Amino acid sequence: MSHNSELILAAIDFSKLFGTPIRAMINVQAAVFALAAVGLNLHYGFTGLLNVGMVAFMAAGAYGMAIIVTQGVLGGSVLFAILIGLIFAAFIALVIGVPALRLRGDYLAIVTIAIAEVMRVSFRSTKWLEWTGGPFGLPRAEERSAGISLGDRIGEDWNPLFAADDPTRTWGFWQLEFNMRDLWFMIVGWLLVILCSVMVWRLVQSPWGRVIKAIREDEDAARALGKNVFNYKLQSLVIGGVIGALAGLLRAFSSGFVQSDQFKPQTTFFIWTALILGGAASKWGPVIGAALFWGVLLFVEELVRQLVDNGWIPEWLISPTDVSQVKLIMMGVMLAGLMIWRPQGILGKKEEALLDVR
Amino acid sequence: MSDNPVDHSIAKEKAAAVLATVADEAGSSKPDAILNVQNVSRSFGGLKAVDVKELHVQRGIITAFIGPNGAGKTTFFNLLTGFDEPDTGTWQFDGSELAKKPSHSIAQMGMVRTFQLTKSLGKMSVMDNMLLGAPNQQGEKLSFSLLRGLWRKQESEVRAKADDLLERFNMTHMADEYAATLSGGQRKLLEMARALMADPALILLDEPMAGVNPALVQSLLGHVESLRDDGVSVLFVEHDMDVIMGISDWIVVLAEGSVIAEGTPAQVSKNPKVIDAYLGTEDGMAASDGRRGEDAQ
Repeated sequence: MSHNSELILAAIDFSKLFGTPIRAMINVQAAVFALAAVGLNLHYGFTGLLNVGMVAFMAAGAYGMAIIVTQGVLGGSVLFAILIGLIFAAFIALVIGVPALRLRGDYLAIVTIAIAEVMRVSFRSTKWLEWTGGPFGLPRAEERSAGISLGDRIGEDWNPLFAADDPTRTWGFWQLEFNMRDLWFMIVGWLLVILCSVMVWRLVQSPWGRVIKAIREDEDAARALGKNVFNYKLQSLVIGGVIGALAGLLRAFSSGFVQSDQFKPQTTFFIWTALILGGAASKWGPVIGAALFWGVLLFVEELVRQLVDNGWIPEWLISPTDVSQVKLIMMGVMLAGLMIWRPQGILGKKEEALLDVR
Repeated sequence: MSDNPVDHSIAKEKAAAVLATVADEAGSSKPDAILNVQNVSRSFGGLKAVDVKELHVQRGIITAFIGPNGAGKTTFFNLLTGFDEPDTGTWQFDGSELAKKPSHSIAQMGMVRTFQLTKSLGKMSVMDNMLLGAPNQQGEKLSFSLLRGLWRKQESEVRAKADDLLERFNMTHMADEYAATLSGGQRKLLEMARALMADPALILLDEPMAGVNPALVQSLLGHVESLRDDGVSVLFVEHDMDVIMGISDWIVVLAEGSVIAEGTPAQVSKNPKVIDAYLGTEDGMAASDGRRGEDAQ
């Protein structure tokens, strides 16, 4: 047995095994999910809104911006495009909220997931091809060759780290080498995460936050005390939605394109996983949760891949093409375990989770 | 949980003097009504749960709603406070029309209710529960919430008021506990104290004594009576006859959704209509409740 385990140890590439997940934890993708989870934390953690369509707000931000840039409105001004993306997300929040927030909580869940899917399918549809790029996304190939891009303005022109004469320059060490463009988006992204987390935390520590927490606990009690519950829920939905749009914008700028497949329901469930993992209604829970989500996911993937590649897991059990599915299965198992042993998440308050049991 | 012996008799006698001129019949008018109700009805399918032709509630006294189970007391409460919508009817609080008003506006106008099943906000501290009760808080506006300077002063005033009320209700030592950790009786106290943060002109208590440990009942009763001392009008629903006969100044009897009788406790307990419709129907147990009620006089 000890002979076997030594062999395994010798064959494993530890640098990659730990380097890949750590890289994923600090990469832009993690910042995108952290931002979205911060918005969802305001919705679900503090207001108790069951928003199962967070990705709709990301799509609204990303497509709102991309359409303005590719249509060349106001000369394709990036700042104006960002503004439109955020306004579009706020508008979607109103479209969802005005009818659904008057109803009981579960109706919001149905409406949010439906709107998210309606938006994704509409963006994918060829009906509005000239606006959305249909299944090909934005910018289209001919626009790209004409020099229109989504992220170049922020990622290169406004990037103090980027030097046009040496675009391939990288910075970092070990597995954590990043090019200047990615590095810049990481810095901007994580700064946004910190900014939004602190803003949400200050909001919920204020008397306004006291009201939305009361709504989470019992809407009728808040109503009986003279609070306009509908208005507060709508405000929370809009603010959290705009934060979600920032996440969508960050992803669109850093990846350089927007495409409807980026906004599948799976993304919403990943955001939920990150939030529950980190601890809903906590200050840094969504941030830690998002980083850990990607860290654990890629650690499991890397570990299983190396074990499969080295033949330590037989092919009839897990074939190399199964690896990316196996990581999701493992994630599900770990979530189930979390719910059993630590339902409050990593940073959540245990006392609060226990109060539910009473 | 010791309760200071406070003399509630002055306010009680004053209330009795005012009510001496009021006729003991259903829908009788009052010299100074804070709440007037006309033709409020609500049906659930074929069942007419509430059908109140006329009702006036006198200001500054303790009015009790009694009636057998299913008489529509809680439904009527829900209609009055905007938590349910009536099929017909109008009602005015302090002269303002309340029909079609949302529940939060009614509360803001000074007509605040509590619930039969307490709605303490479990994952919030007792203090936060109290602070929430205060009306017109600047910091509750989204646009002000991030600018602490704009609401810090009001917040400390509200906190001072909450401290006072918690002390009055002997709950100061629990201010930082989660509300979910309180006992049933303590939650009733908290809910009443929280409603008082709004300085209501009329407070509607839905079965304030239900499920409360008998040791706490006296303390709760004392608090209800001191509300009257402070000039707050109290309207409450209660099953326990001893409680009703002991502290209420005026009793409204509901049966099958309608007001069938009104009067002082002494008048109501002698009213043959009440004995027939309410005490008679639930034979053994209700009748013995009635006797205990008379004993309390």
